[in-house]
Amino acid sequence: MRVTIEEDKCCGAGQCVLAAPTVFDQREEDGIVILLDETPPDDKLAEVRQAIRLCPALAIKVEV
Amino acid sequence: MSVSHDAAAAGCPFHAGRVPDYPTRRSGCPLDPPPELRELRKTQPIARVKMWTGQEAWLVTRYEDVRALLADPRVSADNSRPGYPGANPGMAMVRAKYPSFITMDAPQHPYFRRMLTADFTVKRIEAMRPRIQSLVDERIDAILAKGPPADIVHELTLALPMIMICDLLGVPYEDQHYFHEKGMVIANGKTPPAVASAAIVELCDGYIGSLIDRKNADPGEDMFSRLVVTQLRPGHITKQQLIGIGRLLLVAGHETSANTMSLGLLALLEHPEQQKALVEDPSLLNGAIEEILRYVDAAHAGRRRTAIEDIEIGGVTIRAGEGIICHNPAADRDPEVFPDADRFDIRRDARGHVAFGFGVHQCLGQPLARAELQIAIGTLMRRIPTMRLAVPVSELDFKEDNFVYGIEHLPVAW
Repeated sequence: MRVTIEEDKCCGAGQCVLAAPTVFDQREEDGIVILLDETPPDDKLAEVRQAIRLCPALAIKVEV
Repeated sequence: MSVSHDAAAAGCPFHAGRVPDYPTRRSGCPLDPPPELRELRKTQPIARVKMWTGQEAWLVTRYEDVRALLADPRVSADNSRPGYPGANPGMAMVRAKYPSFITMDAPQHPYFRRMLTADFTVKRIEAMRPRIQSLVDERIDAILAKGPPADIVHELTLALPMIMICDLLGVPYEDQHYFHEKGMVIANGKTPPAVASAAIVELCDGYIGSLIDRKNADPGEDMFSRLVVTQLRPGHITKQQLIGIGRLLLVAGHETSANTMSLGLLALLEHPEQQKALVEDPSLLNGAIEEILRYVDAAHAGRRRTAIEDIEIGGVTIRAGEGIICHNPAADRDPEVFPDADRFDIRRDARGHVAFGFGVHQCLGQPLARAELQIAIGTLMRRIPTMRLAVPVSELDFKEDNFVYGIEHLPVAW
């Protein structure tokens, strides 16, 4: 899978970090999303999908 | 608590062919949204209602519609738009005079919000867990030392978020009752407008204004001092804007967590089999907290917006300029998303609830709220596992008219 983020949409709510902590983090200085792993292993797909569902800013996409 | 599923059928104003008044009141189970909303979600999920101002607005009760509208760029959160449906006189006045980013659109909204996002990242809040745990333990030590009965609101659920927000903002603990009381006066829909107006002057111009002056004279390590030094002094924000941010953090920062905690505890105590399950299996805790957030939905005034373009949704057209109330408590009881939605069930997957809202305005403080809820409720289950309600539910005083729903006191025994 390939994960993409739209950083300027991000509102720093932190939902993605809770849903998929090995794929997403937040910048220390402003809480904006950091994509830790653009191509996570397949077993992370459910977590990534959960992050997409929970992201209030609709800032995450995945291509499978 | 009994749940009356057919209360909506008889005499429901939504079926009477006129635009009904909003808000509707709760009846039956005090942890359920008003029963009319259940019927409405089925038959008119986007309905016209008449506000306290005489204006009409759209009331949205389905989960998917609430999420779609809150994430829609054609929807504005700006309370200065004429169609904006203010929640009550006090909230409308305070948000007009001291707006914060919660009622702003881009580019102002991200500009102000990003001044604060660093303080509420998941990692920053994780680092605060030991402090929250030791506070919770101290409060429970005191509860156990005094013996039953105890008012858990006074002893823990209000005290904890209050101390945490004072810590973060650098506000003296001894002021907590003052700003809590003033905040309640402003946020209560039954407060006469003149009284709310006077309380706004006292709290905002007076108290928060002089707090900013003190931080400016002698800055500390807290968030208020940082905003004064890095934003106010260089002229990035005005004092009035900082007062708006300060009021939001001070009041929203404790009211919502405190009330979710007390209502959530009540939900557990009223479902002893689930309380027992949580006591016996602490791995259920995080799921239980998400279910509490979904089930009690303390921010019961809903999310207020205005359409800035015509929007076709759910078979209706919301015209540009019309007000919208996205009713998060009704959305979180939508059976299409949460099966048997009116049942409190700590084992369900309640993530995805809209108790914190949705869209770019979703609650900034949610990691802190989660940490406080998880630690307080988890520690209570472990240290006072036999806790029970000390009075009948009918004797509890619920904050129906308040901007944030809650309970005044929650007497418990063990």
